[in-house]
Amino acid sequence: MKINGILFLLLVFLLSACGGRNQSSQQQTETQIQTPGGTEKPASMANHPGKKVYDSVCLACHMADGSGVPGMHPPLIETDWVTGDKERLIEITLNGMSGKIEVNGETYNSIMPPHSHLSDRQIADVLTYIRQSFGNNASEITVEEVQKVRNK
Amino acid sequence: MKYLLVLMFSILAFACSQHEKTSAKNLTPDTGNGGITLPDGFSALVVADELGRGRHIAVNENGDIYVSLREQNENKGIACLRDTTGDGRADIVEYTGEHTGTGIKLHKGHLYFGADTAVVRYPLQAGELRPGNNWEMIARGFPQERQHEAKPMEFDGQGNMYVTVGAPANACMEQMRTKGSPGMDPCPLLEYAGGIWKFKDDVLNQDQMTDGVRYATGIRHAVANSWNKQVNELYVVQHGRDQLHQFFPEMYDTKESAELPAEEFFLVTEGADFGWPYCYYDQFQEKKVLAPEYGGDREIQERCENKMDPIMAFPAHIGPNDLLFYTGDLFPEKYRNGAFIAFHGSWNRAPEPQSGYFVVFVPFDGAYPSGTWEIFADGFAGTDTVNSTRDAEYRPCGLAQGPDGSLYVVDSNKGKIWRIIYSS
Repeated sequence: MKINGILFLLLVFLLSACGGRNQSSQQQTETQIQTPGGTEKPASMANHPGKKVYDSVCLACHMADGSGVPGMHPPLIETDWVTGDKERLIEITLNGMSGKIEVNGETYNSIMPPHSHLSDRQIADVLTYIRQSFGNNASEITVEEVQKVRNK
Repeated sequence: MKYLLVLMFSILAFACSQHEKTSAKNLTPDTGNGGITLPDGFSALVVADELGRGRHIAVNENGDIYVSLREQNENKGIACLRDTTGDGRADIVEYTGEHTGTGIKLHKGHLYFGADTAVVRYPLQAGELRPGNNWEMIARGFPQERQHEAKPMEFDGQGNMYVTVGAPANACMEQMRTKGSPGMDPCPLLEYAGGIWKFKDDVLNQDQMTDGVRYATGIRHAVANSWNKQVNELYVVQHGRDQLHQFFPEMYDTKESAELPAEEFFLVTEGADFGWPYCYYDQFQEKKVLAPEYGGDREIQERCENKMDPIMAFPAHIGPNDLLFYTGDLFPEKYRNGAFIAFHGSWNRAPEPQSGYFVVFVPFDGAYPSGTWEIFADGFAGTDTVNSTRDAEYRPCGLAQGPDGSLYVVDSNKGKIWRIIYSS
C-alpha cells in the first residue's frame, strides 16, 4: 500500500514531467513558426481555416510570413491594400491585378493571377486570415461580402 | 613662370590620372571582407553602399564603375562611381541616365544600357565620369512585360549584340500562373520572347521583329549571359520554371517543387532550342522531361529528347543573375577562363527555406566545365537561414572584372558593391 502510494506519486511526477516537456517543446515550435517581426497570435491563427488556403495558394509568392518578395511580390504586412477597403481586396483576389502599385514605399509591377476558381468561402477565409495575421488586425471578410463582389 | 606652369600642369595631370592607378596590390581589404566569406587568400573591400536597387555592373579601363538600377535613385537609373584616392573605395558617386533596367556594358566608347523595353547607349566623354545625356536607340520593339523583363546584352567582338528576351510567363499556360490551365501548344510567346535575339552592335533604331534575328529559343529567361572569348561562344544561365507543386500538387510535394527543376547553364549555339516551356531539366534523373502542362508525368521525355541539354545543372530556383568568364591574372591559375555566376537567391522554395544568395565558380577547360561548381563568395544574406526572401540582407546580382583582375559584385537590395582581390 505504502509502496503503491510511492509508485503512484512517482507516476504522477513522471507524467507531469513528460507533460511539461511536451508543453515546452510545443512552445518552442510555436516560437520557431513565428516570424522575425511576428506580433500575431500564432495559436489562434494557426488553426484558422484561411491558413490552409493561404498555404496552398498564396504562400508560394507572398511567403509564410506575408513579407512578399522584394521587387516581385508585394508584402501583405502593414498595408492598406490588405487591411483597408474590403471590396478592393476581394476584387483583386477574384480578378487578379497588373500594373504599377506602391506598397510600403516600394514599387511593384508584376502580375497577380485571378483566383475566381476559389469558392466564396475559401476567399472569405483566406482574406480574413491575411487581415488578421502577420501583425495585421483588421475586421473579417464574410462569404456574403465575397458573393456581392463576385456577382457585381 | 613658364616652369611653374609646366610644374602645375604636371601636378594636375598626375592628380587626374590617380584614379587609374588603383591596383589590387595597394589595397587594404575591409575587416571581415564587408560581411562575405571567401576562399583562402581572397579578401574584399566595400567600394560603395546604398546606391539603390543595383542590377548589373561594368568597370571601365580606368577603374570607373557603372551600375544599372531597377528603380530610379535621385531620378536617375545609372550610378557612376570613381575612386580618386587609390584606396579602392569610391569617393565620387554620381547618378545619370533616364532609363532604368538591368543590362549595362561598356562597348565601342559607349555605355550600353538594357532598359526593359529597349537597348540604348550613352556616349562616354573623355576624362568625364558621367556619360553624356544624348543617348541613342540601338534596339527597340521589345514586348511590354511585367515579369522577366530584364534586357541584358552581350557582344561577340565581331559586330553583333545578343539580347535576352525573357518569356513573360512561367510555363506558357493559357491563363497566366493559374492552376489547371493547360500549356499553349505551340507556345505563341516564343515568336517574340523566350530566347536570345541578335542585333548589329552599332546600328541605330533596330526593331526586334524586323531587324533582330532569333539566335536561340526555348530559354525561359536568362539574366546571366556572357561571351566566352576563349572559344567564341555565347553562354547563359537560365531561370527555370516555378510552382510545380502549386499547379500540380498531386504530382509534386512541396519539397520536390523546391528542388525541381534545375537552373540550367547553356552553351548557346545559333539555332539551338533549349525546350522551354515544353520541357524542364530534372537534375536528379539527368534528363529533360515533358512539363506537366504539356502532359508530362515527371518522367516521359517525348519532344524533350531533341532539346539541348545544359552543360551544367544547378539547384532549383536559386536565380542566376550574372555570368562572367574570368580572364584576369590577379586570381590563381585555377580561376583563369573559368566562370563566376552570381545567384540572386530564391523565392520559389517556400515553405522550404530559401537558397542561393552566393557567387559560385565553375572551372572551365575549353568550351565545357572541367569540374563541379563550388561556392566562391557567400554570406551575402547575413543570416544562416532565409525563410522569406526578404530575410536576406544583400543579394548578389551583378558581376564585373576590373582592369587589374579584381572581381566586383553588386547587390540588388541596397546597392552595395564588393571588390574581391587575391593576395598570395
